[in-house]
Amino acid sequence: MKAEPQFAFLDEGSKKEIRRATLKAVAIPGYQVPFASREMPMARGWGTGGLQLTCSLVGKDDVLKVIDQGADESVNAVSIKKLIRATTGIPVTERTEEASLIQSRHRIPEVPLTKDQILVLQVPMPEPLRKYEKKESVTKRLHAESEYSGAWLMLFEQIMKYGRTTTGADHPVLVNGRYVMAPSPIPRFDNPKMDHSEALILLGAGREKKIYAVPPYTEIRSLAFEDHPFEGEDFSGKSCRFCGATGVFLDELYIQETGMTEHQCNDTSHCADRLGRQEEKEVQHATI
Amino acid sequence: MQRFEERPLLKVENLTKQYGPGCGECSQPGRPGLIKNYCPSCGTVYACSDVSLDVYPGEILGIVGESGSGKSTLMQCLYFDQDVTSGTLTIDDPELAGENLFDVSSQRKRYIRNHKYGMVYQNPVKGLRMDFSSISNIAEKQIAAGGRHVGQMQSAGERLLDVVSIPLFRMKEEPRNFSGGMQQRVQIAKALSNDPPILFLDEVTTGLDLSVQAAVIDLIKQIQRDLGISMIVVSHDLAVIRMLADRTLVMLNGRVIESGLTDQILEDPNHAYTQQLVYSLL
Ligand SMILES: Nc1ncnc2c1ncn2[C@@H]1O[C@H](COP(=O)(O)OP(=O)(O)OP(=O)(O)O)[C@@H](O)[C@H]1O
Ligand SMILES: [Mg+2]
Ligand SMILES: [Zn+2]
Ligand SMILES: [Zn+2]
Repeated sequence: MKAEPQFAFLDEGSKKEIRRATLKAVAIPGYQVPFASREMPMARGWGTGGLQLTCSLVGKDDVLKVIDQGADESVNAVSIKKLIRATTGIPVTERTEEASLIQSRHRIPEVPLTKDQILVLQVPMPEPLRKYEKKESVTKRLHAESEYSGAWLMLFEQIMKYGRTTTGADHPVLVNGRYVMAPSPIPRFDNPKMDHSEALILLGAGREKKIYAVPPYTEIRSLAFEDHPFEGEDFSGKSCRFCGATGVFLDELYIQETGMTEHQCNDTSHCADRLGRQEEKEVQHATI
Repeated sequence: MQRFEERPLLKVENLTKQYGPGCGECSQPGRPGLIKNYCPSCGTVYACSDVSLDVYPGEILGIVGESGSGKSTLMQCLYFDQDVTSGTLTIDDPELAGENLFDVSSQRKRYIRNHKYGMVYQNPVKGLRMDFSSISNIAEKQIAAGGRHVGQMQSAGERLLDVVSIPLFRMKEEPRNFSGGMQQRVQIAKALSNDPPILFLDEVTTGLDLSVQAAVIDLIKQIQRDLGISMIVVSHDLAVIRMLADRTLVMLNGRVIESGLTDQILEDPNHAYTQQLVYSLL
């Protein structure tokens, strides 16, 4: 007799343990909860922390979206979707609104998330103080004592050396006025989306064996000095060359034929969605 | 010099720091049977034994003793880098009055370090982040004390670099590029950056060229004169202590064996070990 394949890959015991860690993470916003990271059918560092969260959460009624740096069709996103689909049979989608569970690497979707959705972010390095202090035993104590001089010092050093903070991504945030947290390598542009997010945000680091969380409606403040306010990437005056979107995170690209730089939505499904709706409108106009 | 009217700013009573469990033999009063600071039956090292001292406002207290006599251990205990085995520490400050500061929470100890203390370590690697710019090293202490304004911290840091004679155009360099004397100066600037009433200096001049030594000693004297900071200055070199300290303690095998005005100790040493130290200086 052949054993039934395990629903969502992990055995129920492992899923329960991951969910217990997740509950603790939700109860202590921004606090890194250790968990026994499992072997997954992909290399650690390729989103196994996020994948384990997804596997522990996914149910038969879920609809899954997976994005990798804004793209639903990257190899990594596709292989995660394949694994979940093969082991659960649930539908996957590219439309943010349709998904109940969204696993993402390095972006928060442009469409505002709702209270009926959970966002799972993949985290390579969960410890925001690691560059300042190598020893885990010490960083644990620093968190316990709310001693975040190290995080501030790293920003100060950037300002001294480059005139401004140069964290392109993973700019540290203060969660609920208590824990300093690495938001995962999302662009600074996405940090404000975490503040009072309606959706639960879970962050998983497979290699570093940590889970942490931003529960819905939690205050998230990006660290910034009084005389150097926090700023996201600035795209003012720029728009998507396909859908014309402004106020979204844009990728810059160099067009060889024209020798010009142009911009396009980094969130590909958002862009496709807007284009689709524009076409619909045109079709409607044409038929009237 | 009479000090009866004045209250000590910092007072240490019976500080003991042992490495090891201790045993029946070495726990007896007076700890007979130790070889120097070491118990041969259980292997415990008594790095500091029953050390008591007072530091008065604005004075420089010198601590001298041979290598291994417990000077750095004492400093690290006072700075809370090390937990003491037993003893009391009090500081005459309205915020800290009446408490044994060895017993307070680690958060409170951190507060004292960040707001009341400055420290210059024997080894600059302990006191500086060699991979951060010098100006950031100085700002670290201000950040820890709650500084959140870059402009203010930078100008305070620049002023201190000027005090310790580090040219401003080098402020963005990491101290690992600096000579030993410059590193000690950056440490001193960092230690001063939160305007501490108490400053600890552990072998600041050791390993420096004589001319650099003299410059650092002048700097310390100038800081005492201008800022009125109380200091404990540790050195194995009596010549350094003689130039700096108003009063001096002599340590041997973790114990204070002699204490008094520096001039008196130099003129009329009591303990055989101190006599040896003084005569070797002449
Ligand atoms: N972590 C430790 N474990 C065991 N023994 C230690 C430890 N640290 C220091 N000691 C011992 O404590 C004693 C005092 O050392 P300390 O470094 O305080 O001496 P010192 O007077 O500063 O010497 P130096 O002039 O060489 O700097 C020495 O016998 C040393 O071996
Ligand atoms: Mg020493
Ligand atoms: Zn677009
Ligand atoms: Zn013993």
